[in-house]
Amino acid sequence: MLVIGCGHPDCGDDAAGLLTARRLREMGFQAAEAGGEATSLMAAWEGREDVLLVDAVLTGAPAGTIHFWDARSAPVAREALRCSTHGLGVAEAVELARVLGRLPARLRICGIEGRRFRPGESASPEVLAAVEKAARLIGEEMTCTNRE
Amino acid sequence: MGPQGSRTTRTVKVDYLARVEGEGALLIKLRGDRVEDVRLKIFEPPRLFEGFLRGRHYSEAPDITARICGICPIAYQMSAVHALERALGVAVHPQVRLLRRLFYCGEWIESHALHVFLLHAPDFLGYEDAIEMARHHRGVVEMGLRLKKIGNHLVSVLGGREIHPISACVGGFYRVPAVGELKSLEEDLKWALEASLETVRLSARFEYPDFEQDYEFVSLRHPEEYPLNEGRLVSNRGLDIDAPDYEDQFVEQHVKHSNALQSLLRKRGAYLVGPLARVNLNFDRLPETARQAAAECGFAVPCRNPFRSLQARALELAFACEEALRIIAAYEPPAEPRVEATPRAGRGCAITEAPRGILYHRYELAEDGTILAARIVPPTSQNQRRMEEDLRALAPRLLEQTPERMTWLCEQAIRNYDPCISCATHFLKVRLERD
Repeated sequence: MLVIGCGHPDCGDDAAGLLTARRLREMGFQAAEAGGEATSLMAAWEGREDVLLVDAVLTGAPAGTIHFWDARSAPVAREALRCSTHGLGVAEAVELARVLGRLPARLRICGIEGRRFRPGESASPEVLAAVEKAARLIGEEMTCTNRE
Repeated sequence: MGPQGSRTTRTVKVDYLARVEGEGALLIKLRGDRVEDVRLKIFEPPRLFEGFLRGRHYSEAPDITARICGICPIAYQMSAVHALERALGVAVHPQVRLLRRLFYCGEWIESHALHVFLLHAPDFLGYEDAIEMARHHRGVVEMGLRLKKIGNHLVSVLGGREIHPISACVGGFYRVPAVGELKSLEEDLKWALEASLETVRLSARFEYPDFEQDYEFVSLRHPEEYPLNEGRLVSNRGLDIDAPDYEDQFVEQHVKHSNALQSLLRKRGAYLVGPLARVNLNFDRLPETARQAAAECGFAVPCRNPFRSLQARALELAFACEEALRIIAAYEPPAEPRVEATPRAGRGCAITEAPRGILYHRYELAEDGTILAARIVPPTSQNQRRMEEDLRALAPRLLEQTPERMTWLCEQAIRNYDPCISCATHFLKVRLERD
């Protein structure tokens, strides 16, 4: 399984995906980082079967809520993923890849609900706690996957 | 999106402007057939990065400023290293100079490919976005994606990684590539050059609105090269200065409706930077292949139609691919990847050509190399007043349009500038009011 953490390191909770990837690496797992720009993401998952994207989201749920979506089975909520600072971001990468037949066989999105995204801000305590929890959940799954 | 309002006022509101990076808002107020007001608001937080830099060591500036923008980090690194090298009196190895040009070519390829194919082309082919366009023009989108990937690859070879590259430093690079690493890019770049020329031809088939403005074009101009890192700052109205004189000629003005600063020429106001300005002022410095492709497609300078900035970007894509091939063919790694700098008190300014236009940096250093002050003027703030003036000129044509069409035309006019508002912010909201 390929895990890609997306986001901006200096824009508050937008760092959620990157922080999760870093935490996973500290735990001994492999995890990549990306800014979240659509074409680079598509290149990053090229040739991979099982991909999990981790990014900050805004759905209206309480900050720190962790969502898991199956991006293969339904279009992703573009509005939810708009809090990342990219014109063509994670949602556009998924939908463009769907049209072009470039989606991995399995593609999921782990969305971590954020609440503050201003440049220069640090991630909120709720998101930092969620990062820890998401890393643990993903790590457990990666351990099981590797055993299979 | 939809019309709202009372009997006397009609407002068209769009929740965000698609395909423009960042956040902001546009308000156009029309009274009868007269444009009453045009306000482009950019909700730019205080210039935090200038604040972050104060008190940091100069060697940190290239990596800190690279984080301002995910699309054009190299521009920030290049303006930073050139300005700091001026402050510190550092001269770099000739091969380092060429590697920096090559690095910049990579960023131009990725940024221009993204904008031309995925953000701007849908406007001219009549699709809401690149995803819709891909359903009907798969080959065009695939070509754009491959070009973008080649640009990304070039950046990662030189910068260590695609996003927020980390190898550029004052005096050179922390690591320079081996000859073989660059040679391995040649085949892709040859394809990219052909694809870029095909892009020039493709862009000639688009239908452009009949709209011209009497711009003051501002860009760098170098005695021999198409400008990237060096040159004097010139315009078609007699401006001809070096970077240290920039603040004598330009002023950043705070306008009430936006907390971003608008940059103006002190004597003449709004001006245009970016691909259209560069091509107009440097057409004779483009490689022969690009000039020939332009001639075959009927693109000639002066070109004052901002919608044709797409063609200027396509020509610059061809330039960047050809320049990258030229530099790689002649590359010999320098004996040392960088020249060590000795800290000293000083002041240094530099202007380089970011994909969206000139990017000005100024640094003041203490004796131990601590940054005392920093000033950064990005291309989007330089173009902001000009964007408003384009919209003001375009607005009377909007009167006969449906609200949806009005909004779409405004968005398209803003997209001409490829504004990277995300350097500071998120999304743009558009509002049209009619009395």
